[in-house]
Amino acid sequence: MKSFLSAFFLVGIGLVSNTVLAAEIKGDKEAITIAKERKARDEGWGTNEANVLMVLKNSQGREATRELNVKSLEVENDGDKALTVFESPRDVKGTAFLSFSHALEADEQWIFLPALKRVKRISSQSKSGPFVGSEFAFEDMTSYEVEKFSYSLLGEDEVNGEKCFVLKQVPEYDFSGYSYQKVWIDKAHYRVQKVEFYDRKESLLKILTLLDYKQFKDKYWRPMKSLMRNIQTNKSTSLITEEITFDTDLKESDFDKNSLKRVR
Amino acid sequence: MNPEFSPTSFAIRSPFITIALVFLLTVLSVFGAQNLYFRGDYKVFFEPDNPQRLAFEEMQNIFNKSENVAFMVVPDDGQILKASTLKLVVELTEEAWQLPLSTRVESISNYQNTYDDGGDLIVEDLITASTLDEGNIYSVKDVLSDSPEVYGRLVSREWDVTIIDTTIQLPDGDQTQQVIEIATAAKEIKRKFEDLYPGHKIYLNGMVVMNDAFAVAAQEDAETLVPLMFLLIFIAISIIVRSLWAAIFTLGIVIVSVAITIGLTGWLGVYLSTATVNAPTMITTLAVADCIHIIVGVKYYLGKGLSNKDAIQKSIEVNRKPIFITSITTAIGFIMLNFSAVPVLAHLGNMTALGVMLACVFSLTMLPSLLTIRPLKSTTAINHTIFLRWASMINRHHRLLLPVSFLVIIAISLFATNNQLNDVAVKYFDERSSFRQAVEVNEDKLGGMSNIDFVVYTDKSYGITDPQFLNQIETFAQWLRDREEVNHVLTFTDTLKRLNKNMNNDNEEFSVIPSDGDLASQYLLLYEMSLPFGLDLGNQIDIDKSALRVIALIDNLGSRDITALEREAKAYFTSLSSDYRIEAASPPLMFAHIGERNMKNMVWGSVLALILISILILFALKSIKLGGVSMITNLLPAAIGFGVWGMISGEINMALSVVISMTMGIIVDDTVHFLTKYQVAKSKKLTVKESVAYAFETVGMALTTTTFVLAIGFAVLASSSFVLNAHMGMLTIIIILAALLVDFIFLPALLIWLGDAKTVEKES
Repeated sequence: MKSFLSAFFLVGIGLVSNTVLAAEIKGDKEAITIAKERKARDEGWGTNEANVLMVLKNSQGREATRELNVKSLEVENDGDKALTVFESPRDVKGTAFLSFSHALEADEQWIFLPALKRVKRISSQSKSGPFVGSEFAFEDMTSYEVEKFSYSLLGEDEVNGEKCFVLKQVPEYDFSGYSYQKVWIDKAHYRVQKVEFYDRKESLLKILTLLDYKQFKDKYWRPMKSLMRNIQTNKSTSLITEEITFDTDLKESDFDKNSLKRVR
Repeated sequence: MNPEFSPTSFAIRSPFITIALVFLLTVLSVFGAQNLYFRGDYKVFFEPDNPQRLAFEEMQNIFNKSENVAFMVVPDDGQILKASTLKLVVELTEEAWQLPLSTRVESISNYQNTYDDGGDLIVEDLITASTLDEGNIYSVKDVLSDSPEVYGRLVSREWDVTIIDTTIQLPDGDQTQQVIEIATAAKEIKRKFEDLYPGHKIYLNGMVVMNDAFAVAAQEDAETLVPLMFLLIFIAISIIVRSLWAAIFTLGIVIVSVAITIGLTGWLGVYLSTATVNAPTMITTLAVADCIHIIVGVKYYLGKGLSNKDAIQKSIEVNRKPIFITSITTAIGFIMLNFSAVPVLAHLGNMTALGVMLACVFSLTMLPSLLTIRPLKSTTAINHTIFLRWASMINRHHRLLLPVSFLVIIAISLFATNNQLNDVAVKYFDERSSFRQAVEVNEDKLGGMSNIDFVVYTDKSYGITDPQFLNQIETFAQWLRDREEVNHVLTFTDTLKRLNKNMNNDNEEFSVIPSDGDLASQYLLLYEMSLPFGLDLGNQIDIDKSALRVIALIDNLGSRDITALEREAKAYFTSLSSDYRIEAASPPLMFAHIGERNMKNMVWGSVLALILISILILFALKSIKLGGVSMITNLLPAAIGFGVWGMISGEINMALSVVISMTMGIIVDDTVHFLTKYQVAKSKKLTVKESVAYAFETVGMALTTTTFVLAIGFAVLASSSFVLNAHMGMLTIIIILAALLVDFIFLPALLIWLGDAKTVEKES
């Protein structure tokens, strides 16, 4: 479901398999080429593990924080797998969340509640709900797959000092909370610089800005900070990557429901 | 005052220059009108530092806003549990997202049903198109009746009404434009679905719709009442003075006074509202009274053979003082509305006070100019014999009339104790309003649509998942549910109990609050993760899980009952444990408190007005005895007015608490006119009875005329579909009629009795 890490960076995982699906992608050619290039530049990263700080702010500026540990596994031909463990607040420490994300169908998700000492599979079609009360919806955080959207090229623009393509992408998933998104992708490295999310009545809902990109393994770019502002409610959420490691010794078997009980 | 240098003589000598000056002033002022804007939201009734408004706004800052549009679906056959109605609900739930600024849509169809399925936790919309195809309607009924979050709130307990509730995030500041847009869109959706699904009625309800109703009420008043007013003035003037030109001149004065008032209001940056939209009506009535006094005088002197200029000069001379006193006392009365706790009533007071003074100035300057340019034809003098006959009747029966009228007045006044403060905002609209119709249906099917939101602060992150806290909330919610006036209680504890059951294989034994705080926190985390967009818990739980909102839906109670419920609920919660802080807030609570505070303020305002006016009268009459008499006769009409109100209605809203101040000037006007003439006669060595007769002969007609014209003006206001304005108009009519009767019966009888006593004293 929520391949949390790559998801939340919104920098897709370029999968080789992508080309297989290419025929099904709707939209104008130029835009699809850009979308595919965005994905291609981020393929083959394998696994990683990150410590993330989430800062929630309401319209009055009051804050609440959560700390998360996120392990991610790249999956070919499909969305990623992610294992998210809450480190804080204290009450939910140790709660673990495993998700297999899928492009066009409901994600699969399991949760382990330490207080209940039980793993539960959660069945829900919705990807549009807020992630732990933040301004990020689940669907904002899952891995980028080209086939999730249909595309059109709106033009070019400069954002964060980078020359960008501006794409309009319309979700293909029936239960998306958005009518469409506008995405700014820089020409230099095909990194997402900014995203505008439009709600079902096509009003601007949220703006995501991605900052402090760092390169890993000489190839993969990850933003160290993502800021999501809700324009309608004036609430915001920042995601700050405190630490990220690639090429961890994570295996496929670390991402199944039995592994959930083992996490601390 | 030397007439050579008075503005009036200038106006008569140089009529064109005067009119040009007035015209210039009007144009300059009217430019200010471009700064005017209209505010139709309910917050105009509350000062920014009103404590209940602050509490409500604080709550809105912590939780998501609760401004809403509710679509109430009522099937003709009284049964919502059927495919066509449920299909309507599914589609309308989707469509409601199209309302501008919508942030949340809740209905029985997108209610997040959770259950255990062989160890998996299922979270899904309760009703979808596919559920309907499968004919699972009866399982829908089972789930809903077992879901206290929605049962009794989004669906009636008799299954005959269901609600699709849309939360709207309005921007800060002036929201009227958005409110009208949203309401228009909602009406469009309503029409569309009523067409698509015959056999269903859809009513619109909610705070946004109420705000729209405020705006619509003001617009209707402005579009229908004001033209009606002008028409009635034309008729009244034609009947009284039988002259088209007199009617045109009067309207000229009215228009100039109103235009300058509105223009200056714009320059001062004050917005228009449902209350101030009636300022023109009030200014008009008083301006007309001024003009009629002068025009009647001019005709009287023309009839006596004076030249046009002399007749004008003479009429102004006689009327200048009473017109000035009337205007100043009326203005003082209206300025006292600044004591009101309701900002828009203060605006109304200031605008009317300004307009009344402008009308006074223009009737003494511009009107003479107009009359100079276009002289009136003389007609026969008005017959005053009827008033002389009345005077002799009083003179003959005063020994009987004084005690009888006094007893009647006391008896009527006692009914004033029937009156009760009762500010229920949803009932500010009468049955003609579609909003009020929706309110009635809601009341009938689901109980009232009023609410009190209780917020409990633990001041601790994740404090709300503490089992002690949750159990206290649970007990509190149960206490609320046991109250007869409470129709529904929305509390997170119900959700938590359901989750606990779901997570334990739907075992009913676990339908309790988890005894472990961490477990409650983890359930909350889990649940939040499974909710779709727009159905999050932000309306009940704050950002760091330290405060919880419990929403009680209650009957549309009057001020006293709702504040009592608030008080008792808070006391009960504190009696359980004082570890947590509880606050209550909601728009109905704001309205409930405002009536009380406004009444308190207005009593002081009226006392101050009375003192100021009494000082004025003392100066004007230069007599302590007559000053005292006027004080008594000035108080009685209000007492009678509220007594009559106690008999016919008994419901006092915030607008009625300002009527005393408003009518003060008009009441005083009657007394002053009468006493002035009485005094003039007395100074000519006439007896008491002769002086009373003289007073009746000279002012009887004027007082009757003014009362008649004012009654017409306020009758127009009384026909407003906006109850605040209608009641204000009605009570004002009752009071000014009472004032006329007091001055025509009680006052002369009292003067004769006092005169007799004095004579007897002297003789002894």
